[in-house]
Amino acid sequence: MDITEVPVSQDNKGKKKKNKKPKKKSPEGNAESSGVEKEEEKMEKSEPGAAAFPPTFSVSEIKNKQRRHLMFMKFKQEKRKQKMQLKKKKKKEREALGDKAPPKEVPKTIENQRVFDETMVDPEDEEVAFDEATDEFSAYFNGLTNPKVLITTSDRPRGRTVRFCEQLATVIPNAHVYYRRGLALKRVIPQCVARNFTYLMVINEDRKMPNGMVLCHLPDGPTAHFKISSVRLRKEMKRRGKDPTEHSPEVILNNFSTRLGHSIGRLFAALFPQDPQFVGRQVATFHNQRDFIFFRFHRYIFKNEKKVGIQELGPRFTLKLRSLQKGTFDSKFGEYEWVLKRHEMDACRRKFQL
Amino acid sequence: MQHDDVIWDIIGNKQFCSFKVKTKSQGFCRNEYNITGLCNRSSCPLANSQYATIREEKGQCFLYMKVIERAAFPAKMWEKVKLSKNYEKALEQIDENLIYWPRFIRHKCKQRFTKITQYLIRMRKLVLKRQRKLVPLSRKVERREKRKEEKALIAAQLDNAIEKELLERLKQGTYGDIYNFPVHAFDRALEQQDAESESESEEEEEEEEVDDEDVGKREFVADEEVEESDLSDFEEMNKLRTSSDEEDEEEEESSEEEEEEEEEMEMETKTKASRSKGKSPANGSAARKKRAYVEIEYEQETEPASKSRTT
Repeated sequence: MDITEVPVSQDNKGKKKKNKKPKKKSPEGNAESSGVEKEEEKMEKSEPGAAAFPPTFSVSEIKNKQRRHLMFMKFKQEKRKQKMQLKKKKKKEREALGDKAPPKEVPKTIENQRVFDETMVDPEDEEVAFDEATDEFSAYFNGLTNPKVLITTSDRPRGRTVRFCEQLATVIPNAHVYYRRGLALKRVIPQCVARNFTYLMVINEDRKMPNGMVLCHLPDGPTAHFKISSVRLRKEMKRRGKDPTEHSPEVILNNFSTRLGHSIGRLFAALFPQDPQFVGRQVATFHNQRDFIFFRFHRYIFKNEKKVGIQELGPRFTLKLRSLQKGTFDSKFGEYEWVLKRHEMDACRRKFQL
Repeated sequence: MQHDDVIWDIIGNKQFCSFKVKTKSQGFCRNEYNITGLCNRSSCPLANSQYATIREEKGQCFLYMKVIERAAFPAKMWEKVKLSKNYEKALEQIDENLIYWPRFIRHKCKQRFTKITQYLIRMRKLVLKRQRKLVPLSRKVERREKRKEEKALIAAQLDNAIEKELLERLKQGTYGDIYNFPVHAFDRALEQQDAESESESEEEEEEEEVDDEDVGKREFVADEEVEESDLSDFEEMNKLRTSSDEEDEEEEESSEEEEEEEEEMEMETKTKASRSKGKSPANGSAARKKRAYVEIEYEQETEPASKSRTT
């Protein structure tokens, strides 16, 4: 008797969507019909208030998919409502306190949660300063050499890569583009050194798109291998300005914080002449964010002391460092300072190398 | 018994030969011991009981010979002779071994040997040249990297970062004397900005203040409009200019508007013009337009350009 009475009433209520405690209750409520009725009363009383689920109830235990879905939606709505209420309460408290309110909590971003890297450079670190005074770029930073860049591609470049190289050559002062003609890099390098080039840049191509860059500092400097992505040529850029002029641009290097980042930053800095011509009002930016280096080329103008307007000119692309090798390009026998090992390094979302 | 003709009759023309590959113009023979590679009566190793070929194994060439005497012993059918690495000597060896053999087979063997040595030489040369290494891309990884890059780009906020850096450099004086923003106006602007940032938290009040100021200003300007235009009071102009800039910032977010080479005066006229196009207090705009009227040429030129926005 008890058993037969309970399911009927509970089923009805389930379909009317008022039942917060459906069939699960039935085995528990089997003890006494009066007990069940009491609980039903309790249920009805508690309905107008907040939904009070018994602790052992879970939505996943309902076998009927439609009903389960309905219950889940309701559950979610309840949660959302609670969240909104909590927010409102907090806001009210905040306003009530006025000036004395505790400062707003800073949301967590990947940048603030970054895993502490022991190679982060301290600006006053003497050891780093000493190293940088005696490394391969010291000649440049002491003003002894002027950068001279040779830009070339892999074999048989297609139109897009060729145009990209040309645009790069306009962006970097004193850059020359040479057609590759199947030459081996190891033979090209001594010739470049003989002609006083300081940099060799090889744009690698795959399926008519540039996808890799080898940047080799010439006398016997480090060789960096990057992956290029999102290349935008000049004509694909919206609202761009006229072509860049011959003035040397300024360089902005952002967020190169670790030792590795520092050396890469110096690698980029040495591409451009030491004294930028402010008349030209051009700036090349290498911005590192989460191990992606974004390159942009802008022309700026100061409207007043508080505002500056920038207009994007030249090509834009993104680089990701794949390997850094001491010495000039030698993929077999070179000594690698750093290689991207995907399994180790990409495993943690909050760990970055540059 | 070996009946070559019968064999050829069967496999060559009428029935099936598993080594035969037919194309529109030509038939080929896939048998490894075939000397020319074509499906012919004279080239078929099955249909010729006396046959010879050249084959190479790991850079070494061998002469294979088949005679009718050994036709009954399939395991020992082919006689293998190692040829010397010297080209001429190897040719002599071939001649020596195939001394009384039909001219066709001798000729074809030598031809084949020549071809094989040529391609071996080329292989050795290629190894010394640049090797292209194909690196496979994993699609999943590429997709993940792409997404990470997009997120990083959003997080980077490049334009803001660049602008901030440039302003920093301006403040630190790396540009020297090129941009001569007047110093006391700068200070005044700073003061103004401080004042306004304090009141910024209460937006409504600020708007009212601004409105009040506007109301006040309008009246002031209207009363003394002639004097104002005659006055070249730099301070007044700067005050008005910076405050108009503040309002510009609030309204238009016009930090991106930009022309290339422009003098400051032109910029001022432009901001004034654009502001007057925005919320224009009637009297104030009249007064300001009057001032702009002085440099009407520039205004005409820059007006259409000022509408363009850059990112």
